[in-house]
Amino acid sequence: MPGRAAGMCGMIALEKRPQPSRLWALATPLLAVLLTMIAGGLLFALLGKDPFAAIRTIFWDPLFDPQFSGYSRPQLLVKAGPLILIAIGLSFGFRAGVWNIGAEGQYIVGALSGAAVGLALYPYDGWIVFPAMVLAGLAGGIAWAMIPAILRAYFKTNEILVSLLLVYVAENLLASMAVGPLRNPEGGGFPGSRNLAQWSGSANPELIAGTGMHWGVVAAFIAVIAAYVLLARHMFGFHVRLAGQAPRAAGFAGVDPARLIILCLGISGGLAGLAGLFEVTGPAGQIGIDFNVGYGFTAIIVAFLGRLNPIGILLAGLLMALTYIGGELASFMLDIPMAAIQAFQGMLLFFLLAVDLLVNFRIRIKRREIAP
Amino acid sequence: MNFGSIDPVLLIASLMVAATPIVLAALGELVVEKSGVLNLGVEGMMITGAICGFAVATETGSPLAGFAAAALGAMLLSLVFGLLTQVMLSNQVATGLALTLFGLGISALIGQDYIGVKPPRTQPIDFGGLGDLPLLGPVLFNHDWVVYLSLFMVFATGFFLNRTRAGLVLRACGENHDAAHAIGIKVVRIRLAAIAFGGACAGLGGAYLSLVRVPQWTEGMTAGAGWIALAIVVFGAWRAGGVLLGAYLFGGMTVLQLNLQAAGVALPVEYLSMSPYLITIAVLVVMSARRRTRLAAPAALGRVFHASS
Repeated sequence: MPGRAAGMCGMIALEKRPQPSRLWALATPLLAVLLTMIAGGLLFALLGKDPFAAIRTIFWDPLFDPQFSGYSRPQLLVKAGPLILIAIGLSFGFRAGVWNIGAEGQYIVGALSGAAVGLALYPYDGWIVFPAMVLAGLAGGIAWAMIPAILRAYFKTNEILVSLLLVYVAENLLASMAVGPLRNPEGGGFPGSRNLAQWSGSANPELIAGTGMHWGVVAAFIAVIAAYVLLARHMFGFHVRLAGQAPRAAGFAGVDPARLIILCLGISGGLAGLAGLFEVTGPAGQIGIDFNVGYGFTAIIVAFLGRLNPIGILLAGLLMALTYIGGELASFMLDIPMAAIQAFQGMLLFFLLAVDLLVNFRIRIKRREIAP
Repeated sequence: MNFGSIDPVLLIASLMVAATPIVLAALGELVVEKSGVLNLGVEGMMITGAICGFAVATETGSPLAGFAAAALGAMLLSLVFGLLTQVMLSNQVATGLALTLFGLGISALIGQDYIGVKPPRTQPIDFGGLGDLPLLGPVLFNHDWVVYLSLFMVFATGFFLNRTRAGLVLRACGENHDAAHAIGIKVVRIRLAAIAFGGACAGLGGAYLSLVRVPQWTEGMTAGAGWIALAIVVFGAWRAGGVLLGAYLFGGMTVLQLNLQAAGVALPVEYLSMSPYLITIAVLVVMSARRRTRLAAPAALGRVFHASS
């Protein structure tokens, strides 16, 4: 009614919903993607690029362009595999209020431990080599995550800061290994290990030609299913959800906080370590100074974009992988710098957190009331 | 190996320079946390400040304009965090992380044209003959203005928080926002102001890295300085003096390991480079295991405030 509109120009108020809205919980990630596309388009326009061409190059061409899709479609799974694997691990802790933001470090240490085991066995190439490396990668990631876990559980040290600071330690460790103990003795003194992808004992090859599917992607799919079952059907999943939503009630229900912290960090560290191992034996091929490319940080965005839900994370991981591939294509075709894609990904998380409001609150326009 | 080449006086003078970005960023975060907000985006704001300051200083030729732009740019970014956490009630941990990720991306984007460029120099203040004094000269009278600003800010922040009414109001928001709201304090407004101040400080710290300490622009050049600033706030038990002490200890470690690298210690460079991070973790553990430190943390830190009435 036009007559009422004048009276409507009151205050915008937030009203807490009794229950989080299920409709908005599904709609907000899509809304955030849409808003990011608009804001990203503006950013590209500021850089002097055609925004529509840029968005198309990032989101459409890698999958459907006849010229490029042959190369980029398999890359989708190659990039999504580690993102999904790490994000699934992080989602347990994030639900329970245990903030592991050092997955990048656990990813590096997992790759280092796995590669070290493989290289120690070189040139033996029995079937046992790869499984042994996988176990070492898992153990390396878990061990690195146990540092913040134990410090938080028994010394009340903030796990956010410790896990993050350990990323810088891991990066230095990686550099020292690449030029030191793990360096290829036949590499002419250049930094970097032997190529693990080209040695039959340790290789993690593409399993089905043209799909990009390697063991890491298989592991990611298994992790999605396992996480789904664990959260929906298992006591541990219940404890994780309870600790996040009602910490006091969790205490009464007999949830041991120290055990929960150690389990959450152990799972996320282990999966990040696995992701690192599958990367170093497959797509990356060797331990080098610039081995890590930030999957551990992007996985944080993936976890939130997927609403910490296993299926959501699967879809979010694929979408984030698309922005990586599309970003590479855009930097090649339109001369848009890769840094713009990084900013784009950060923006996505901003928008997601902003529209999250709609899940828990209702926006009401109140008419201005005069106090009696 | 030659330890004789390490001069303790020069070591102290250079640790002050190394610590200044951390002092500034940690002081800003101290005020933010005292108001009850945990902003994990310090790293993102610092690096945004670093590139804004660098770009404006090289374009205008004035380091002063650069520092002003750095404070402004990082403050704008921090207000995005403020809008999200205070108005749209988002999770502070997640939003802070988003700020860091976005800051790293946007700074790399702005910084592309500035790689390899030399910024205008920020000269030490000339105190006449005082700078030539033995011992005291290099330590006290041979720095640029930002070092003195950071020291003044330590004093001013401590005074503001503990000795002024506005500081009391700010701390009330951080200890119990519902009680503060009940007595008529505008919690959201005060927190937004604190967040903006924290952003400006982080920006200044970042610009000090790119304009003075390094001085050039490289992607990701803050290398965890923002995270160390966050740790230093805990180390300092949420007191301005403690922050200064922590930052100078950290600066001392950084400078010492650089000196040891130069002196050719028989340890790989990478192990020396990781030492400041390891020491920060060790100190953090010792401090947080103490009950007194835990009690010093603002009681409402990181909690979402929504005035439902």
